[in-house]
Amino acid sequence: MAVSQMIGASIKRREDPALVTGTGTFVDDIPQTAVVHMAIVRSTEAHARILAIDTTRAKDADGVVAVFTGKDLKAEFGAPLPVTVTFVPEKKYPSYYPIAVDRVRFVGEPVALVLASSKAAAEDAAERIEVRYESLPPVLDMEKAISKDAPVLHDDVGSNLSYDVKRSVGDIDAAFKEAEVTIKQRLMQQRLIPIAVETRGVLADFKPFTGKLTIWSSTQIPHFVKVFAAVILGIPENNVRVVARDVGGGFGSKIRVYPEEILTALASRRVGRPVKWIEGRSENVKATHHGRDQIWDVEIAAKKDGTVLGVRATQWLNLGAYCSQFGTFMTLGLLVAPGPYKLKAFDGRLIGVFTNTTPTDAYRGAGRPEATFLIERVMDLVAAETGVDPADVRRKNFVKASEQPFTSLFGFTYDSGDYQMTLDRTLELVDYKAFRREQAEKRKQGKYLGIGLSTYLEICGLGPAAPTQANTGVSLWGMSVVNVHFTGKATVIIGSSPHGQGHETTFAQVASSALGIPVADIDVQHGDTAIGPMGMDTYGSRSTALDGSAVHVSSMKVVEKAKKIAAHLLEAAEADVVYEGGKAFVKGTPSKSITIQEIAGAAFQTNRLPAGMEGGLEATTFFDPPNFVWPFGAHAAIVEIDPETGATQIVRYVAVDDCGTRINPMVVDGQLHGGIAQGIGQALFEEAVYDENGQLRTGSLVDYLIPTAADLPAFELEATETPSPSNPLGVKGIGEAGTIASSPAIINAIVDALAPFGVKDITMPATPQKVWQLMHRNGGAKQ
Amino acid sequence: MRRRVAVTINGAKHEHEVEPRLLLVEYIRDLAGLTGTHVGCDTSNCGACTVELDGHSVKSCTVFAVQADGAEITTIEGLAKGTTLHPLQQAFWDEHGLQCGFCTPGMIMAAKQLLERNPNPTEREIRLGLEGNLCRCTGYHNIVKSIQAASKVMAAGAGAKAPATVS
Repeated sequence: MAVSQMIGASIKRREDPALVTGTGTFVDDIPQTAVVHMAIVRSTEAHARILAIDTTRAKDADGVVAVFTGKDLKAEFGAPLPVTVTFVPEKKYPSYYPIAVDRVRFVGEPVALVLASSKAAAEDAAERIEVRYESLPPVLDMEKAISKDAPVLHDDVGSNLSYDVKRSVGDIDAAFKEAEVTIKQRLMQQRLIPIAVETRGVLADFKPFTGKLTIWSSTQIPHFVKVFAAVILGIPENNVRVVARDVGGGFGSKIRVYPEEILTALASRRVGRPVKWIEGRSENVKATHHGRDQIWDVEIAAKKDGTVLGVRATQWLNLGAYCSQFGTFMTLGLLVAPGPYKLKAFDGRLIGVFTNTTPTDAYRGAGRPEATFLIERVMDLVAAETGVDPADVRRKNFVKASEQPFTSLFGFTYDSGDYQMTLDRTLELVDYKAFRREQAEKRKQGKYLGIGLSTYLEICGLGPAAPTQANTGVSLWGMSVVNVHFTGKATVIIGSSPHGQGHETTFAQVASSALGIPVADIDVQHGDTAIGPMGMDTYGSRSTALDGSAVHVSSMKVVEKAKKIAAHLLEAAEADVVYEGGKAFVKGTPSKSITIQEIAGAAFQTNRLPAGMEGGLEATTFFDPPNFVWPFGAHAAIVEIDPETGATQIVRYVAVDDCGTRINPMVVDGQLHGGIAQGIGQALFEEAVYDENGQLRTGSLVDYLIPTAADLPAFELEATETPSPSNPLGVKGIGEAGTIASSPAIINAIVDALAPFGVKDITMPATPQKVWQLMHRNGGAKQ
Repeated sequence: MRRRVAVTINGAKHEHEVEPRLLLVEYIRDLAGLTGTHVGCDTSNCGACTVELDGHSVKSCTVFAVQADGAEITTIEGLAKGTTLHPLQQAFWDEHGLQCGFCTPGMIMAAKQLLERNPNPTEREIRLGLEGNLCRCTGYHNIVKSIQAASKVMAAGAGAKAPATVS
């Protein structure tokens, strides 16, 4: 395939041969001699004082190298775990240290470390540690947590309220005055457990005589881990290297600087040997952060024709026991809740609360699934109340293509997009009118079909440096180094750190397209802080828009230098040199040409270069775009409810998505498939449940259900491509879009199917039991 | 009290003294040094550790190493012939049947047995046959396509294609 066709080519992934043959390198696969295995004793109490920890019997156990408690280690933490501002600078939060010292605040919080010669020996010895607790009453319910008589988790915060702030735009009172229809609804975002199939794992190697620390971690953010490990452990940053090789899924759950990364490194420094900790799944469900767990109280002002005038919304966020690193990022949900619709006013309130549960943080979509769920449920609630078709309610409220770039209520600028176009195409693909006829027919036969729409708009590609710094405290940009070698092959280094997204392939396509060097001759390296200047890592569907664009810009800088060298070697004026398909030639004289391989060779023979030019053919770019990117699309789910069991079967799932230019459509579709499946998981199956003592009842994959192959349909996908004007590739993001769109599509479909029973809402997950109960709440009477 | 275990893995003989509680997956990974077989849970739900034991696909976290004494075991590392991929490995690559790749070895080993029992499965049969293997990345869409593609190649007896290059 010609290099000029590399953008848009569904070429196979170069990552795969290793992975399909079992020769990938996940943390637990890294060969390491003299390694010490670490087991972590975790709190069995949701809320308690630690009275005493008896480690004697553990220290005497076979194979044990060392045992550490929080008391032993606390003096070594130069700083607490990082917490970013993330949209709520007003928030109060406690210092969060990697290990508990005198008090535990959630089941699963680290209490002691055992290091031993084998994993089994470490786990055996961990069971011999006796922790004496004085139980304190656990706080679990958000609303009860902020009542005056609730036990307080953090004395230094003073209450369980981290923040209670208003975020309002427009005249909400005027909107409600104008309203012909008002609707009140509470929408629940249940707590989710991310479940990357690879749990977390850390291998840390501190070399006592050089002071150098290497951390191999199953993380999305090696560069963040490097900086904060250096700060927290007081090791100069130049002596810290963090490596993320193959990472078995992240979905936001590996986006934090985690206690265990610090603890493993600290343990290695203490014992002077490499230390490995591999998280068990039963640990993972408690120790790796959870997602969602929000309540949205909504009041809608609308007109009878379906026009939505304004929304009042209170977003309750269960932060868990501490404020996690990006724990308040989910408040972005409220700021982007208007989505692709033109509302006149949005009156928002954010309430963040501490409870004795695992901290919550980013989970695929992080705020935007919640926002989309809110506004897409609003559209259907208005449709149900006014009798206007849900598709028409959306049409009535859409921002029009002609209004782009559109400034949203909260001041964001949408970059490009025709929201009605994707909706119309989706309706065409499902044959909406025919479906409505079929639905009516089937209802007469006692069969309950429903269709649910979800026309999402997503903010992603984090992000322009100034607004991300102002709102999250972190200046975010993309980074690349493009280095053409002596023989004309190239190495690309990126600042993002993939965990299944296929950057080694797609970023090689980007470089190939610009450089005219075949994809097979371009290596893409990532996930190692020792190879490039810095990176902002992978989350928020940012990699292609930021680091992908940086690869393009670096490649173009290389081309500029190559042209200068070519002009010199061809004895032509630089302005007369054209670079195309890996070759430079003199305008009008294509025979007078020189290949990139020859140019690269000359770049390392400095005597052949123009006077004053540095040797080498390399460029570095920190890419800072003018705006976020805004992918969008329209999803439609058709479901059938089994009236006997209440089970939901997804009959069809159709989506038309627009993420701008697609570098590799095969990879884009793959991201959508997985994303849609995760949103379906939230809609139908998944829920983390605590009992009244704060014990996690869904403590394994036996109790916490993620979708299996048999639960899902084949997905029917189409794409449109509206380029983003904010980067040279015209790309947007696609990592989270599927998850953002699919939960409301499924719930809207179920509610539509149950309309004959007068059902207007159902909480997630819409289990067969819940559906059946709604169908039978009035003795099964239909309206 | 340690017990001697002798197994053949991918044609090579291995013999070790092991604790009776040692899981087969730990034997394969830590003693035989074959790290392609992964551990994704501790309740036998995820299937990342699926291997073939005397011709049966098993979750190797649910078998003690001592129970496998004398067995012939095939792991993901045993499927390719030299650099020629097994049709299932090739199909997973061709059809983008993996993303992070962590569940993939188990998924391929489970699919191998599925196709041996039912060489020409319907989409529904594939989906039901994979219920014991969890993937969080792909939504299973392309895994199903991969197995359909492999079933055609294997049924045609065409054997594995030569590995293609990325371009």
